[in-house]
Amino acid sequence: MSRLSGFTNRWLVFLTALVLWQLATAASDNVFFPTPWQIIHHGWSLWFTTADGGFGLSDSIFEDVLPSTARAVGGWAIAAAIGITLGAALGRSRTGMQYVEPLFAFFRALPSPALLPVFIGLIGIGSDMKLSLIAFSCIWPVLMNTVDGVRSVDSVKTDTARSFGTPRTQWVAMVVLPAALPKIFAGLRLSLSIAVILMVVSELVGESSGIGANLVDAKAAFDFLSMWAWIVLIGIIGYVLNLALLAVERRALRWQPTRAAVASAKQTTKAGG
Amino acid sequence: MPTMLEVRGLAHRYGSYAAVENLSFTVAEDELACIVGPSGCGKSTLLRCVAGLIKPTAGGVTLHGDPVDGVPADLAVVFQDYSRSLFPWLSVRGNVEFPLRTRVSNRTERRKRAEEALAWVGLEAAGSKYPWQLSGGMQQRVSIARALACKPALLLMDEPFASVDAQTRADLEDLLLRVRREHGSTVLLVTHDIDESVYLGDRVLVLSKSPASIVADLTVTLPAQRDQIATRGSARFVELRTEIARLLHDRPGAPPPPNAANSDALAAERFLAAEREEARQQSSH
Amino acid sequence: MRPFVRGLIGLGVLLLVWDGVVRLGLVAADNLPPPAEVGARLVDLLGQEEFLRDVVATVLAWLIAVAVAVAIAVPAGLILGTIPSVRTATRMLIEFLRPIPPVALIPLTMIVVGSGPDAKIFLAVYASIWPILFNIIYALDDIDPLLLDTARSFGHRRARVLATVALPHVAPFAFTGLRLSAAIALIVTVSTEYLAASELGVGAFIITVSNSPNSMDDVLAGALVIGVLGYLVNEVLERAGRRMFRWSDTTRAEALT
Repeated sequence: MSRLSGFTNRWLVFLTALVLWQLATAASDNVFFPTPWQIIHHGWSLWFTTADGGFGLSDSIFEDVLPSTARAVGGWAIAAAIGITLGAALGRSRTGMQYVEPLFAFFRALPSPALLPVFIGLIGIGSDMKLSLIAFSCIWPVLMNTVDGVRSVDSVKTDTARSFGTPRTQWVAMVVLPAALPKIFAGLRLSLSIAVILMVVSELVGESSGIGANLVDAKAAFDFLSMWAWIVLIGIIGYVLNLALLAVERRALRWQPTRAAVASAKQTTKAGG
Repeated sequence: MPTMLEVRGLAHRYGSYAAVENLSFTVAEDELACIVGPSGCGKSTLLRCVAGLIKPTAGGVTLHGDPVDGVPADLAVVFQDYSRSLFPWLSVRGNVEFPLRTRVSNRTERRKRAEEALAWVGLEAAGSKYPWQLSGGMQQRVSIARALACKPALLLMDEPFASVDAQTRADLEDLLLRVRREHGSTVLLVTHDIDESVYLGDRVLVLSKSPASIVADLTVTLPAQRDQIATRGSARFVELRTEIARLLHDRPGAPPPPNAANSDALAAERFLAAEREEARQQSSH
Repeated sequence: MRPFVRGLIGLGVLLLVWDGVVRLGLVAADNLPPPAEVGARLVDLLGQEEFLRDVVATVLAWLIAVAVAVAIAVPAGLILGTIPSVRTATRMLIEFLRPIPPVALIPLTMIVVGSGPDAKIFLAVYASIWPILFNIIYALDDIDPLLLDTARSFGHRRARVLATVALPHVAPFAFTGLRLSAAIALIVTVSTEYLAASELGVGAFIITVSNSPNSMDDVLAGALVIGVLGYLVNEVLERAGRRMFRWSDTTRAEALT
């Protein structure tokens, strides 16, 4: 019951905001601010209308939306793989980390969009450059969080595993990584939002395909309707990717109790004797 | 009865601080020996030396004749802090199967052994739950099942019942007595509770304040079948208890300093810190 | 060896590898100048008033952005965290706004407020509100009910419970949020300068010099300044947080954002 009302409540406010936006923009009639209805309508014609005017996925989906999204997800996945592996290795060695910690913290603090000229210089304009820039920017939060998580393994669990003569691979796979998982996921989420930013940024120069390129082109052509449509699309992509990652996280961290669940579990065990 | 565990001239120092000094004792097969001593006296250090978790500064430990160097394969430890010792990301069954992964290669066999061990402690229905869904006493029963599932030659228990309430504690004590009778386990149990040591033990080793050394080795001449009310009320029980209490508190030549409790806690704290430091250095190399 | 010395060794090795890669001709020196050249350029730049003005412009915009973000996010977080109905009501809106990357809003911001300092401040505020806001909300969720009951058992009223129990509990988490926000705000400030073609700021400097040939030493020197700035801010805030909230276990705080 409360769940249902919560659900309607959420969407109600969202829809109300949408309606208000519609009314305000329609009333002001400003070219900079098209109404949400116009934006949706335009987005439909951009992405869901084929060349002959019928319904279907447009060329823009295959030439702009999918390649851009694939680069963001791909770069992020590369960063995740490298970051977790390297982080798990470095987190086990305190001295090893001391050599590289300031450097990594520095890389994390670098505003990666400013590195775009460097990456263009080194790799050239192209998919490889974009992918590398995204991966480079996404690595640091995952890496640092993995190191943190791996270090936070409880001393009693360490002793327990040692007292059972646990071999190294089992120790890493079944104790260290699960213990570090909540932190790793926090890093992955941060990285994902960075990946979406860099997806846009990496397309701002050189080429004319991709989400970011279209956004800039629309602005340069004073095509505010398209600009808005692309901005909304980026928001939706960010939202969906985040949602997907949350679903994976929820599954992977299923074992983690919420405070409410712990409280109710205690109640039932007490009541049951 | 053959000797299962032999500790000879064991000493452990953290820097210049001696936690354990020249300790020697043996535990026979099938025996349940309790070590009782004031808190912070080095009991845990002793237990960790026996478990091979830390290397003693001097002396040696042998388990069924083999010198202990590193953690022996057929040894299991039950820690006091069950909430930190159980792996929260594994189900109850997963926790019990954890040590079996290296010992039993067959998956179904492993599953069977885990179910069996859970049945011994009366948790056959809880296998698919996560530890936090169980009460404290049940969680500690899971750790006991996990330790027993390996069929260890020696079961070490570090204050296993110190973190549960009194009723649960009595239940767990009886559970331990039952499973060890059924499986003929050899148990070395560390406790600071005099009553518990007498109630559970075939023998009680009384430790002095740090550096720990053995003050007395008492054989508990109580009937093998113990009962929470009858045994604890028997004259022999009270006698033993009083004797140990006297040994612990009025040791001739070692009057307790006025702030004894405080300094004990401090010593325990110091040991723990020193030990962590040591473990850290070991793991980083 | 002290950690500091180890850090220096790590830095030294990186510089040597960098230098070696350029010397061996693995990459063209035009694309990646050797470290000595970048260092010399950096020293040179730090003596130029124009460049220093850029640095000051960036730092100033960044400071204002963080201050505004705190002023918005802290009250908002406290309200959303304590009044469930407000929270459920705004949830969809927030969940939709949060993942919109600030750079996607650059074109829009440029149209509305131009490419002056307002634009970068606005975008930096937008980006840096979230970590503080969410850290506060989740921290309020996470208060041990026992603590609240204890406070109530002493007969404290709701407002007092909030002040004596909730705020101290929330403070370290909010501070962790602030640290993350500060880092993000700096990145967004520079990115906006860079992408929105601002007139002042380190980002603007980088975009201007990157258009002329053989200017990679300038680009790297500019990036270096920002990186060091971000690193120092993070370090200072982390140390301050550890000092101020010694009683608290904030290791979990970062996992919340």
